[in-house]
Amino acid sequence: MNQSLGPAQRTLPGAGIWWETRASLAFVERNLYLVKRYWHLELAFLIFNVASAMSVLYIGEAQMQREAGAADARLDLVLYLGIGTVVWAYLRAVFSNVGEMVAWERWEGTIEYTMMAPISRLAHMLGVSLFSIVYGLARSALLLGVLALFFSVDLSNANLGGAAVILLVGSVSFLGFGIMAAVLPLLFPERGEEMTFVISSILLLVSGVYYPISVLPDWMEPLATVSPATYVLEGMRAALLEGAPTAALGPSLVPTVILGALTLPIGIAIFGWGERYAKRTGRLKRSG
Amino acid sequence: MVATLERPVQHAQSEPRIAMTPVIEPAAVVEHVSKVFVQRPLFWRGQTKTVQAVADVSFTVGRNEIFGILGANGSGKSTLIRMLSTLLIPDSGRVEVFGYDVRRDEAQVKRLINRVSVEASFFKKLSPGENLAYALRLYGRSGSAVRDETYAVLDRLGIARDKVGEPLEQLSRGMQQKVAIARALLTSPVLLLLDEPTTGLDPRSKLDVQRFVRELREGHDATILLCTHDMAEAEALCDRVAIVEKGKLAALDTVDGLKRTFAPTIGHPEPSLEDIFIHLTGRSLEDDEEASDE
Repeated sequence: MNQSLGPAQRTLPGAGIWWETRASLAFVERNLYLVKRYWHLELAFLIFNVASAMSVLYIGEAQMQREAGAADARLDLVLYLGIGTVVWAYLRAVFSNVGEMVAWERWEGTIEYTMMAPISRLAHMLGVSLFSIVYGLARSALLLGVLALFFSVDLSNANLGGAAVILLVGSVSFLGFGIMAAVLPLLFPERGEEMTFVISSILLLVSGVYYPISVLPDWMEPLATVSPATYVLEGMRAALLEGAPTAALGPSLVPTVILGALTLPIGIAIFGWGERYAKRTGRLKRSG
Repeated sequence: MVATLERPVQHAQSEPRIAMTPVIEPAAVVEHVSKVFVQRPLFWRGQTKTVQAVADVSFTVGRNEIFGILGANGSGKSTLIRMLSTLLIPDSGRVEVFGYDVRRDEAQVKRLINRVSVEASFFKKLSPGENLAYALRLYGRSGSAVRDETYAVLDRLGIARDKVGEPLEQLSRGMQQKVAIARALLTSPVLLLLDEPTTGLDPRSKLDVQRFVRELREGHDATILLCTHDMAEAEALCDRVAIVEKGKLAALDTVDGLKRTFAPTIGHPEPSLEDIFIHLTGRSLEDDEEASDE
């Protein structure tokens, strides 16, 4: 109707506070549609938020136990948290670099080109993994250096060689978990990357990164036994805080090796299945 | 040498018009290939949608041929290219590249092909030099000789040395597409799959790309499968053209052969390729582009 009127006679939108308020509801409505559309992403963020909040609260719980003279009271809290932070930074760097193997290429639009290249998926993963380990080590060494500048860290009795061994052995398991996570962006072209947070946040929660796993509720403790990060952290703390010799790191090294031997082939098998599924359903094409 | 024959020309109005052409050495064989995409509803509510992207398509591309696939948006031509590129698994039928099955012999097929698509597919923050070094290493090529060859190819494509180190995102789309062509050339594919390589390019860049496609065929013994929207491009480059519509092959012949076949039904002594396309599909590509823009 307005189309037949001249510009001056048309009722122009945007007049008045009431109109503006009503118009602002458009953003509420749009975001509700987006939440509904990306429900899997919302679920992933919810799990991530819950896990992060619980991790912070368990730090407090561990501190209360220390003050009450319970287990781990002898440990220096700064060193305990420092080792947790550095080790987690390393494992997270390895995990996320491998996990982003697909997500990054989707974002750049190169995924089809890489998948079409005459290179086996194993060689593809090997290349990504090599970079992840070197990158993770460099970043964590830098972080450790910065922390050492701000906090007086005494590592004179530490078994640095043993710590390095357990960190590298633990990397294998994290590569396995990272490869499993990389399948998510393959299966969920829209924001599959964020869903990898679910895996890393659960590992963070149950592995005793910032607190001993004894503070976890009984039902959650079995989850810690299947997380490679639990054993890597135990071994690292024993080597760095207590100066345990490498031969004494067996209780941490053996389960780390077993988990690595299981998670890596399982990760590769899951990725292979995901790639075939994506090629059957045409999911490689969509870039999000 | 293996000789195969296309199916004979069909004369019924509703049947596809496929010219019988002897193919001495097949570079690509697509036989009774079908592909359906299934779209499941959110929260499992509502109906599952299925789209028949390709329906029982068969054709053979001869070695050293430039074979065109003409079709509107959603006609299934990119799906065909993806199946030949090992990026999509056909539901049924046989897809072979130089005798290798794309499913069973995926690794061998990947060594024989390369693809240039409508999107340039690069790491945009990296320079052409860095992108090409990465891509060539994937194809087992590295070292100073390869670097010199890269510069030479980029020179021939009109990409100046000072542009080779700039982030790709700072180059024009035409330049980016030329880098994509260079990437394909440097990996020496025996079957090059071009999926609308000149869409969105200015006329000069279009001609440069077309010149390069010819050079690739003549100088590198490459076979080229070209999906395009551009009738003039198809006419200028292709030895034979297949017209696909709604996932089905509507016609296949040389451009002259198609003109001869359809001249009587169209009622024009020498119809254009566009006339033939409209006759077979009931719409022009411009209509289709407008519809997709909307």
